[in-house]
Amino acid sequence: MKERSRPFHRVAQPIKGAAHRFAYLGLVIGAFALMMLGKADVVLMEKVRGQLTDSLVPIMDVLSRPAAAVANIVRQVEELAHLHGENTRLQEENTRLLHWQAMARKLDSENGALRGLLNFIPDDEISFVSGRVIADSGGAFVRSLLLNAGARDGVRKGQAVTTGEGLVGRVADVGARSSRVLLLSDLNSRIPVVVESTRTRAVLAGNNRKAPQLIHLPPSAEVSVGDRIATSGHGGAFPPGLPVGVVSSVGESGIAVTPFVEPDALEYVRVVDFGLRGILPSTKGLRAPARGDRAAGR
Amino acid sequence: MKRTLWFRLDVFARQMTPFGLTLVLVIAGLIPLRLPGFSDIAPMLPLMAIYHWTIYRPELMPAAAVFVIGLMEDALVGLPLGVNALVFLIAYWVVLSQRQFFVGKSFPIIWLGFALVAGGVGIIQWGMVSTVHMDLIDGRSGFFQYLVSLGLFPLLSRLLIGWQQAILRQD
Repeated sequence: MKERSRPFHRVAQPIKGAAHRFAYLGLVIGAFALMMLGKADVVLMEKVRGQLTDSLVPIMDVLSRPAAAVANIVRQVEELAHLHGENTRLQEENTRLLHWQAMARKLDSENGALRGLLNFIPDDEISFVSGRVIADSGGAFVRSLLLNAGARDGVRKGQAVTTGEGLVGRVADVGARSSRVLLLSDLNSRIPVVVESTRTRAVLAGNNRKAPQLIHLPPSAEVSVGDRIATSGHGGAFPPGLPVGVVSSVGESGIAVTPFVEPDALEYVRVVDFGLRGILPSTKGLRAPARGDRAAGR
Repeated sequence: MKRTLWFRLDVFARQMTPFGLTLVLVIAGLIPLRLPGFSDIAPMLPLMAIYHWTIYRPELMPAAAVFVIGLMEDALVGLPLGVNALVFLIAYWVVLSQRQFFVGKSFPIIWLGFALVAGGVGIIQWGMVSTVHMDLIDGRSGFFQYLVSLGLFPLLSRLLIGWQQAILRQD
């Protein structure tokens, strides 16, 4: 820059300044245009986002491994300290679970016999895709995870994401090699649920806090702290009966539900394909709502 | 001739590092650390880097780079594309217009500047999300995120200054 001659410098400088200002303005307009386009052409934007994410998946996959390894070591050391207490607890739990197992066997055979009597149509076959959590959206206003499984592994938009403990969220975007899971606590998350004991229907709405809220309850509904919440299967997007959480507080500000799954510590999750095609991916196919209705109408 | 070509390539590669490092920070901010509650308050690493380079080496952090960084952040975090691109561009413009004031000042002043810029960015983000949802969103985790960012800024700034002296020193 310095070796250039002075007159050139004198002419070039203002032009350069103007160009910079226009470039800046253009970029601001570009950002606005992208936001508008995101509202107008959702499908295109999802494709763009999927491709951007896909391109970085290999890097994030590698980076998330050492972090997971360190977290595992820390957890193992912690577990070592509580070994004795944990052992006693597990023995007690084991006795209790053996009791439940006996009961479940009895109910299972009874259920089988009754289904035979009623000519009951069972739910569709369930299949899983397991994915590793490779990113954890760092932000105050979005609650989501990135998985290293995408469309080529069979993940579809709208599918339920679970662990052994309960529902984690739903698939919001799918790329070829990656997918984004919208957590229950995200502002955009709305899950149709039922209160397990009373079968009261409601919607679990994320509110950017740890505990999402129950909304759209019927006026006469009675909900108390400790009630279990499960998915209702309404709308045909989710299967009925997936455990979601327990009611942790009932008050003026609403009914808060603490999810069973703590999303911060997840390493592997299951994306579950129940064969339901409900409201989310396509409303064009006539067959899809019919299948969803069957699950919902039980 | 060959030497000058290599020399120029070398300079080019070094000059790309502020942009490259900021992109790395975008990804680093998303690594699942599996600490309970941490992802809600994860610091605004890319903003710190943009602030730093805009003050110390603005020619290496052009507006287009800021735009791309914001776009990457949007795509990976899951916000509507363009939101962070816009927010970062606004922050960039504010810092650039006040740059003369910051140059040569002591670190506490730079830190205070970051506190103001990050606060403004937090409020704009909160406002945009609230507008999209037509509701006043709970901003508490945003506030804690802001505090964590303020606390980490000196550390990151120290690292970036170290990088600047080691890699970008000759020009």
